Amino acid sequence: MVTWTDVCAVTDIPQQGARTLPGPDGQIAVFRTASDTVFAILDRCPHKGGPLSQGIVHGQAVTCPLHNWVIDLETGEAVKPDQGCVRRYPAKVVEGRVLIVTVPALTEAA
Amino acid sequence: MDMSLRQRLVVIGNGMAGMRTVEELLKRAPGLWRITVFGAEPRPNYNRILLSPLLAGEKTFDDIIINDWDWYRDNNIHLVTGDPVVAIDRDRRTVTTAGGVTTGYDVLLIATGSNPIVLPLPGKDLDGVIAFRDVSDVETMTAAAAKGGHAVVIGGGLLGLEAAYGLVQKGMGVTVVHLIDRLMERQLDHAAAALLRTDLEGRGIQFRLSANTKAIHGAERVTSVELADGEMLPADLVVMTVGIRPNAELARSAGLTVERGIVVDDTMQTSDPAIFAVGECVQHRGVCYGLVAPLWDMARAIADQLVGKEAAYTGSLLATRLKVTGVDLFSAGRIDGGEGSDAITLADPSRGRYRKLVLEGDRLVGAVLYGDAADADWYLDLIKDGRDIASMRDMMVFGEAIAAGGVTSPSASAAALPDTAEICGCNGVCKGDILRAIAEQNLTSFDDVKGYTKAASGCGGCAPKVQQIVASALGASAVVPTEKPICKCTHHSHDAVRKAIVEQDLQTIPDVMQALDWRTPDGCASCRPALNFYLLVAWPGVYQDDPQSRFINERAHANIQKDGTFSVVPRMWGGVTNSTELRAIADVVDRYEIPAVKVTGGQRIDLFGVKKEDLPKVWSDLNAAGMVSGHAYGKALRTVKTCVGSEWCRFGTQDSTSMGIALEQMTWGSWHPHKVKLAVSGCPRNCAEATIKDFGVVAVDSGWELHIGGNGGIHVRATDFLCKVDTDAEVLEYCAAFLQLYREQARYLERTAPWVERVGLASIKAQVVDDATGRAALAGRFRYSQRFFQIDPWAEAAKGHQAHEFRSLVPAE
Ligand code: SRM
Ligand SMILES: Cc1cc2nc3c(=O)[nH]c(=O)nc-3n(C[C@H](O)[C@H](O)[C@H](O)COP(=O)(O)OP(=O)(O)OC[C@H]3O[C@@H](n4cnc5c(N)ncnc54)[C@H](O)[C@@H]3O)c2cc1C
Ligand code: SF4
Ligand code: FES
Repeated sequence: MVTWTDVCAVTDIPQQGARTLPGPDGQIAVFRTASDTVFAILDRCPHKGGPLSQGIVHGQAVTCPLHNWVIDLETGEAVKPDQGCVRRYPAKVVEGRVLIVTVPALTEAA
Repeated sequence: MDMSLRQRLVVIGNGMAGMRTVEELLKRAPGLWRITVFGAEPRPNYNRILLSPLLAGEKTFDDIIINDWDWYRDNNIHLVTGDPVVAIDRDRRTVTTAGGVTTGYDVLLIATGSNPIVLPLPGKDLDGVIAFRDVSDVETMTAAAAKGGHAVVIGGGLLGLEAAYGLVQKGMGVTVVHLIDRLMERQLDHAAAALLRTDLEGRGIQFRLSANTKAIHGAERVTSVELADGEMLPADLVVMTVGIRPNAELARSAGLTVERGIVVDDTMQTSDPAIFAVGECVQHRGVCYGLVAPLWDMARAIADQLVGKEAAYTGSLLATRLKVTGVDLFSAGRIDGGEGSDAITLADPSRGRYRKLVLEGDRLVGAVLYGDAADADWYLDLIKDGRDIASMRDMMVFGEAIAAGGVTSPSASAAALPDTAEICGCNGVCKGDILRAIAEQNLTSFDDVKGYTKAASGCGGCAPKVQQIVASALGASAVVPTEKPICKCTHHSHDAVRKAIVEQDLQTIPDVMQALDWRTPDGCASCRPALNFYLLVAWPGVYQDDPQSRFINERAHANIQKDGTFSVVPRMWGGVTNSTELRAIADVVDRYEIPAVKVTGGQRIDLFGVKKEDLPKVWSDLNAAGMVSGHAYGKALRTVKTCVGSEWCRFGTQDSTSMGIALEQMTWGSWHPHKVKLAVSGCPRNCAEATIKDFGVVAVDSGWELHIGGNGGIHVRATDFLCKVDTDAEVLEYCAAFLQLYREQARYLERTAPWVERVGLASIKAQVVDDATGRAALAGRFRYSQRFFQIDPWAEAAKGHQAHEFRSLVPAE
């Protein structure tokens, strides 16, 4: 069964910003876009491990603070011309709370 | 036209030759062919020549893209990248990719370029042994260079030297190993090669000439290179640049005639009339080329035929320039005259100048220029024309102006050129092409001409000449390059946006984006920080700073490190400190187990490796000892460097330390388009290095000299002298006025040095020195703005401002 974990209120995350929490594979970054969509991905840039949570968020993407790769939050993939992919975790907002799935086995399939 | 009825053109190779052919075809008959392009590299089409400046950090990948993704879409080209073609079936007229996609063609164009030659040395497959051919090689080199260490470049030709220069620029130690006794032996004679060597040694490159590589050593990763004479060179990176070989395997396995390259005739057809080949993969009249100039002629010949015209390619004359900033080197034609040839030379070794012209009878057949290649195009034209030069033979080594009799103005000489004179060797553009494009396409600026004809978009060496031609056709005003858009989110330039913010009273980032039709919902990491800055300069005290539009360093008030920790630099006014501050720093280091402490180049102390969640506590403790943020992370006032000055120094003429502290107290906390550094020296010996600072002050007996626009970074620039003033108060006022002018006029991420060069010293003097009322107003606006920005961001954060930035979430479970 999928376990959704309540991690915070949407308003705990700044719009166009992110917060982090420990996860099974390392820190997880939870993003909130300008239009209040939330995404959760591993806080580790596919380039050289940069902390994506600290990047500038625009549209449904974040620019890594270390060398400016742009990661699409929806697919977890680096925007061309760069290549790479970061692990995603299902995330949703229910009644103002952010819920995510962090169980490792489920995240790949989801 | 019905899409499905059109003839299908398939191009293998998304490189310079393939796409140039497609461009030429689209120019002649857009929509005539249904075009599919396969490219092995996962990128749009870029200018391979500019990999060298990309490596040296002088250009970015965006700068070197020729056709971006949109171009393919806009021209209905089906582009498949990252999936190489592995087979051609000539009977069924299809190609198949590694990924298993099969596509049919009516005409096939092979443009697979060439492969770097890898010497069959022991250790050639170790990690860290690479070639210099594509963007991923540059990425590998850049990543290796980030760790410092030593690189060995095998091969001292054009590519090897450009790689070596780029790596030195990136901070590596570099040794070039070359088999022959002189560099670039195919293009240079001994004298020019010796000058080049001296020049490059001066830039920190070491050489082993007449040296053969025996083996590359290392366990998994390379550690050293062994030469035949036994010498071991330490190596964290090995770049092999010993030559290229046409990439013709695919053609060979399809049964086409291949010798060294894919054999083509003057129509550029291969042995199968349905298949053309173009670029470095071909062999034409026995020659395989390794430079771009021939590609342009080949591409034109093929495009003509694809629209039903007859055309032929008959071979090219090659000319080479080395793309190492500051080295002026040109070589064309035959440089080692053989039987029956004469050489005229002009050598001035101590000034690093050399010219050699090779003549056969009364015709020029080759030229080598070193140190001053201004006449390169003229010589190249003479070689191409094969003109009789008897009448100017004794003068021609001195260059066009003298040989042609009397001094000619540059634009007059451009006007005198025939329409067939080739202007841009990189792109094969003649003067006639430029004039025709201006007339037929109604072009109105240098940038238009560059975009449409591609002239000056290669190595850039011909830009002055293109500008002269544009100026003579359209008037000088057309040459002023139009400003680029801020980023892909908008078509507006920095200046236009700034103007609109003030004129249309735009108060927030969303307002600006809406009023100016931004293409993206909320911008990107390039435009948002710029807009945030423009707004806070325009509306001090009113505009609410947007932390989410700031780079992490400015949001967290510390510098992010490569491992995600941060560094903290407290301000030390004018570089002066005391035991209380030092004790507080020492305590903080112990308490938060800060792993590294370093004295910076800016006369203060940097604490490295602070965990993000500890930052507010570290700041709070430093605040308690009276220390505030040093803004070492910001596009902001950084440091004011001082020397001891008249208080202690036997030469000091004024109290430079106090002056520096006063300046720092006036300017700290101010945001700028880029970082800003000040310095004050107590006498012209200038121990505080004031003449490479954004604003430098040098004391003299009778007062203070003010200097502006210095930069010690990537491109060192000494300051321009602004003026001399008598009193301390004047120093402060001029400084405030100068900084405000910079804040109000410069583009985001433009330091004072390029800004001063762009707007001109005269314009700054007029506003800051000559116009006393204007100066007072500028200084007044600076001081007003400082009322809102001289708030220590550390104190704010220690009090809990933006607390979420520093705290991890704890899931509720
Ligand atoms: C700490 C320090 C080196 C040191 O150990 O001495 C340093 C460290 C960094 N410098 Fe610097 N620079 C330091 C003095 C300098 C100087 C010397 C000076 O100021 O007298 C220069 C040349 C002078 C100049 O700026 O004109 C200098 C030219 C640069 C440049 C190139 C700027 C340019 O215009 O070309 C960069 C890159 C940039 O800013 O884009 C840079 C960028 C950096 C960054 C911020 C790299 C980054 O983005 O992470 C480094 C951050 C280190 C950190 O985490 O704290 N640093 N940097 C010096 C801090 C001074 C201070 O107290 O604030
Ligand atoms: C660092 C560097 C600096 C240079 N400087 C200069 C200079 O200053 N002046 C100058 O005149 N020249 C210079 N050159 C040479 C110039 O770049 C080349 O002559 C030119 O790029 C050749 O164009 P091309 O299209 O034949 O090959 P390329 O530009 O190499 O294009 C070939 C493309 O085909 C692709 N490809 C190959 N096989 C397949 C396949 N099976 N399926 C799909 N795609 C495939 C490759 O990935 C490549 O992208 C330089 C080259 C380098 C590497
Ligand atoms: S501190 Fe400055 S010079 Fe040193 S590595 Fe960092 S950016 Fe380069
Ligand atoms: S680590 Fe993210 S871009 Fe380099």
